[in-house]
Amino acid sequence: MCLGIPGRLVERSPLADGSLTAGLVEFDGLRRSVCLELVPDAAVGDYVVVHAGIAISRIDADEAERLLQHLRTMGETEFPAETAS
Amino acid sequence: MNLPLFCPIPISDPERIQLAHGEGARLTRRLIREELLAAFSNPFLAPLADAATLPDLGGRLVMTTDSSVVSPLFFPGGDIGSLAIHGAINDLAVSGAEPMYLSVALILEEGLPMETLRRVIRSMKDAAQACGVSIVTGDTKVVPHGEADQLFICTTGIGRLRPGADLGAHRVRPGDRILVSGTLGDHGLAILGSREGLEFGDQLCSDSAPLHHLIAVLLSSGANVRFMRDATRGGVAAVLHELVEQSGLTARLYETALPVSPAARGACELLGLDPLHIANEGKLVAVVAEESADAAVAILQSHPLGIHAAVIGEATSALPPQVLITNPFGQLRVIDEPSGAPLPRIC
Amino acid sequence: MKFVDEYRDPQLAERLVTTLHETVTRPWTVMEVCGGQTHTLVRSGIDRMIPETFTLVHGPGCPVCVTPLEMIDRALEIAARPEVTFCSFGDMLRVPGTARDLLRVRADGGDVRVVYSPLDAVTLAEKYPDREVVFFAVGFETTAPATALAVSHARRRGLSNFSMLVSHVLVRPAMEMILAAPQNRVQGFLAAGHVCTVMGYEGYHDLAAKYRVPIVVTGFEPVDLLDGLLMLAKQLEAGRNDVENQYARSVSREGNRHAQAAIAEVYEICDRPWRGLGVLPMSGLRLRPAYYDMDAERRFPSAAPASIEPAECRSGEVLVGLLRPDQCEAFGTRCTPEHPLGAPMVSSEGACAAYWKYGRLPSAQTSEPG
Repeated sequence: MCLGIPGRLVERSPLADGSLTAGLVEFDGLRRSVCLELVPDAAVGDYVVVHAGIAISRIDADEAERLLQHLRTMGETEFPAETAS
Repeated sequence: MNLPLFCPIPISDPERIQLAHGEGARLTRRLIREELLAAFSNPFLAPLADAATLPDLGGRLVMTTDSSVVSPLFFPGGDIGSLAIHGAINDLAVSGAEPMYLSVALILEEGLPMETLRRVIRSMKDAAQACGVSIVTGDTKVVPHGEADQLFICTTGIGRLRPGADLGAHRVRPGDRILVSGTLGDHGLAILGSREGLEFGDQLCSDSAPLHHLIAVLLSSGANVRFMRDATRGGVAAVLHELVEQSGLTARLYETALPVSPAARGACELLGLDPLHIANEGKLVAVVAEESADAAVAILQSHPLGIHAAVIGEATSALPPQVLITNPFGQLRVIDEPSGAPLPRIC
Repeated sequence: MKFVDEYRDPQLAERLVTTLHETVTRPWTVMEVCGGQTHTLVRSGIDRMIPETFTLVHGPGCPVCVTPLEMIDRALEIAARPEVTFCSFGDMLRVPGTARDLLRVRADGGDVRVVYSPLDAVTLAEKYPDREVVFFAVGFETTAPATALAVSHARRRGLSNFSMLVSHVLVRPAMEMILAAPQNRVQGFLAAGHVCTVMGYEGYHDLAAKYRVPIVVTGFEPVDLLDGLLMLAKQLEAGRNDVENQYARSVSREGNRHAQAAIAEVYEICDRPWRGLGVLPMSGLRLRPAYYDMDAERRFPSAAPASIEPAECRSGEVLVGLLRPDQCEAFGTRCTPEHPLGAPMVSSEGACAAYWKYGRLPSAQTSEPG
């Protein structure tokens, strides 16, 4: 369902024998180690969605921006008095 | 080696607390002399009598008592010792009193390492000294292994009421502003992180601190302060429920006004927790008259312990007594009374 | 917080609400599947901002709530064993079994630990080789990759003291059950964004076509939910029943292949009973034969008496949106978070808990300015 929070990947941990790929993810001011096994393409600086200590997706920043742009301009023709955000 | 339950000969492990330390005899006296008196030294404690004889305080007496049962004993930003001292001091301070004397009762678990006890005592000594209060009397008991979780501390504090101080829910009026001296939830999150192994490290520190100086500054400023509490277990929400129950008014908060540190915010998002319900140990909740609110916030912000002070809401009689919050979308909803320890939400 | 705060922007929310009001011309009933979405909806008050004729009903997307009573009782039995260190998500601790809950087991001396991740349980198993570490694997497809990784990791580390009590459930069969029910009123779905992050949304096309309902994969923040609701409304008004993706920043059509592979390595699909709903065929995950040695149900024989459901709990109806929590006679009286009748009142993803925490309106509400 489930609580998945986006955080910024700040560090990929070096691999140790027999261990899972892990890294350090920052959530606002808080850093926590997260398993990166399921997002091999995530690079430092990317944002990932973390659930139960595991990153389950890499956030597509372009898609995110596209949606926000769409929402910000939605209804602009009907509300000409509104200032652009 | 099996020993009968009441063995008069102490088991020899001098580096651990033994049952005999609580029996009132040789080991107890040695413990008190070498560890406690040496640390807390002051003329009232020195006689080591059953009670301390104190001078006339020259004002009305205010008394409080507090128990510290925190686990783990040591956490980022504090420990059970400093927590115990600060707790009693804060209860006195929010009641308008100048904290002066403390008593300390220790309940120790058999087997507790002496070094742990010394660490806690040192911390209590430092906290008391920094606050200018004396630990004047105390008690030590030891219970068998497994019957207490390492160490419990009970503190009772005595203070002198500031002349003219009249604080309480009875003074709160509709329109009064609700202030908080800083960020919410720091202590509880630090404990939760330590206890549940959530790897927060030192990113989340307990805000355990004595508030008496901050409060003295606030009260001396002439601000019309009606009511004060320190937010501990149950967080600011618990304080407000108490306020509402005692005053018969409604407390209405604004979610966008609540001060929360970035790390606490991240932790709450991650764990699905509400900072309003999480314990603090060094934050003041004050209700002040509307006209005093801006000045009061400025006073608090000028003090190191109050830099994130903010007005977070107001008291109102427009609705039946309850604790409400306006969310960022303008929707008004009820804030529940906190119940039990918050657990991380996962799914 | 980036990628969070923008989707909580009140101005964007207001814009969406206005557009939604202009879009909806007829009554519609839609369901959000996921408990996390329910919580956001109730907490932000979105359910009070949308048009009155646009009815939101809450779905069974709370894995804690749908875990069968027998499984809870099984967990309690295992957790009470002296050799066991029982690990679970925090949610489970207060869920009532027939006679008690995990919190009670802990108070009675059981070694019950809250963990944030199943990998933490594996770490404990490695740290304490003399303990039998059991993880309670509850959750939908969002959580299954994590528990699967835990199993694979434990296997790679050669641990013999780690096992899982598995109660994973799949979302799609529940959605189909709801749509197929004769009294179904649901005309559109907000699909669970994180389940789809893992599984993709390929599997929803035939559902949308067969039952002629629009399905919009949606995120969890207020702006996401309003956007998803608007997309549903537009489809409904236009008579469309397509699958759309509102949560494109996290969800792709095929989902996360690595996550799916992790699940497939360790689990196979099975029938599963859902608390309050009965057995749904092909709706659960169980460990494959190669991992039977890590199945706690096999490792610890059961001696538990039969489970008895409290007669008064109507969670089954709540879970399929037939009853709103505040419409239940026991809500807030005989059923509260302190003494719950069923799981939805204590699970942080449960609809009853959402209504209790966020949905109780100020008593005697006057016309307050917003």
